[in-house]
Amino acid sequence: MKQYTNQGSNDTRSGFGDGLTELGRTNPKVVALCADLIGSLKMQTFIDENPDRFFQVGIAEANMMGIAAGLTIGGKIPFTGTFANFSTGRVYDQIRQSIAYSGKNVKICASHAGVTLGEDGATHQILEDIGLMKMLPGMTVINPCDYNQTKAATIAIADYEGPVYLRFGRPKVANFTTPEMGFEIGKGILLNPGTDVTIVATGHLVWEALLAAEALEKDNISAEVINIHTIKPLDKDLLLTSIAKTGCVVTAEEHNYLGGMGESIAGLLAVHSPTPIEFVATMDTFGESGTPEQLMEKYGLNAAAIAAKAKKVIHRKK
Amino acid sequence: MPDIHALENLTTQARRDILRMVHKVNSGHPGGSLGCTEFFVALYFEVMENNPDFQMDGTNEDLFFLSNGHISPIFYSVLARRGYFPVEELNTFRLIDSRLQGHPTTHEGLPGIRIASGSLGQGLSVSIGAALSKKLNKDSKTVYTLMGDGELQEGQNWEAIMYAAAKGVDNLIATVDLNGQQIDGSTDTVLHMGSIADKFKAFGWQVLSLKEGNDLGRIIETLQEAKGLLGNGKPIVFLMETIMGHGVDFMMHTHAWHGKAPNDEQLATALAQNPETLGDY
Repeated sequence: MKQYTNQGSNDTRSGFGDGLTELGRTNPKVVALCADLIGSLKMQTFIDENPDRFFQVGIAEANMMGIAAGLTIGGKIPFTGTFANFSTGRVYDQIRQSIAYSGKNVKICASHAGVTLGEDGATHQILEDIGLMKMLPGMTVINPCDYNQTKAATIAIADYEGPVYLRFGRPKVANFTTPEMGFEIGKGILLNPGTDVTIVATGHLVWEALLAAEALEKDNISAEVINIHTIKPLDKDLLLTSIAKTGCVVTAEEHNYLGGMGESIAGLLAVHSPTPIEFVATMDTFGESGTPEQLMEKYGLNAAAIAAKAKKVIHRKK
Repeated sequence: MPDIHALENLTTQARRDILRMVHKVNSGHPGGSLGCTEFFVALYFEVMENNPDFQMDGTNEDLFFLSNGHISPIFYSVLARRGYFPVEELNTFRLIDSRLQGHPTTHEGLPGIRIASGSLGQGLSVSIGAALSKKLNKDSKTVYTLMGDGELQEGQNWEAIMYAAAKGVDNLIATVDLNGQQIDGSTDTVLHMGSIADKFKAFGWQVLSLKEGNDLGRIIETLQEAKGLLGNGKPIVFLMETIMGHGVDFMMHTHAWHGKAPNDEQLATALAQNPETLGDY
């Protein structure tokens, strides 16, 4: 089992904020917009350093998406910041018409995704956003797994021409990815080679997948762990190669199984190579109030749940 | 001084274009298109400094965004007549594989279109963004937009109206087509909005009103007056009272022709009221 070290837990939203700060210093085309959540999105340093390139729009997300679309005309690269719920469901038609259909180079940056938003409860915990965004033609969907990867993704999407949905979260989680792994949009990362089962994880569930693989190793099960940070476009070659080898797969994400990464992978396998698959995801439910740890436990979104599903799917292999 | 005669010839020809386009495919929105014909001709042939050699970024030129995208027939006619694309292409309006989609879009690469519109209430926000981009680029040109009055029932407009005043977006001239009609009837019966002028004033906009919104000379005068108000810290709105279906007697003073095409006989009557001036496409 390859070993990864937690370099110090941190929140992925700080990775976004620090990535944006770096973009502020290196790319004069980058502008930022926020709908009254500067602190939550960690945008203050960018604002302090680039006051002319920041637009506070108030609690008016629909207007923010439209303004962002307009800012691209004239060559700006707008990064919008608010919670994932207000970045997607609240403004779906604005994104659909003014950004996606219009092909505008807007980066929709969404914090507090999933149940790990915690105590605020289901009104704020969106578990449907990956599905909403991946269904839009031309939309790239990225869900990085830790501080380092979120920072790298934030910087990378500025150099990519086209609309992007970048999803990250609130709680401090293990920070373990390294610069050597690199970050390329649409290119998954093989974190641990294995032979018995492929575990494909995105976002906060990637660290849990590594913990699950460690636990499985003690039971003499060899798990291959893949980090899919880009859900659309999916890294088909990496996934099909791995799954051809292991013959079964568990997907893990902090999102509804309907519309999530697992559904995309199931669709890929159905067409190319039908294979037993199990989903670690929420099962068509809303979240609720609680601590992030309690909610991940209650909704089956942790290492123990991944390991259990891995054993289950191995049994389903012919 | 504008050559009003030449511009009037353009409006007559544009009306023919609108009527023939919607008749051919038996769909589209002639009423609002006819009501805004003078505005579009004034904007594209007299008021704006625009470049038919289309570049999406529109650097150092005036930009126009159509928010009520269903009046695409007049938009397409004026863009074609202004030289953005061949007038023959008006033949393809709403047909399969056409760049002239039912509602305007950038998706098919039609020159002159900078944003998709059709789902209402989004154009003002986009225009504000383009205006902010011009400010950042130290580009002194102006952003124009057109909205329908029924469209003001969409909440996003009021987010945008609040923002533009609060943040001093003063390189923007928004026009509202006050034709008093929407699909289900008059705007007053569907959802009475009270005084639109008072609402814009209360939000901190500079308001210009014109009762003769189908009078080319008056439209040009008012838009020139609006240009004189640019750059003083406040956005500008031009409330333009038009007659839906203007120029075709049986289409006027009713919402019946909002989204309905004339039949063969009605087309002949309508075209007879608007004789060919610059050549049909």
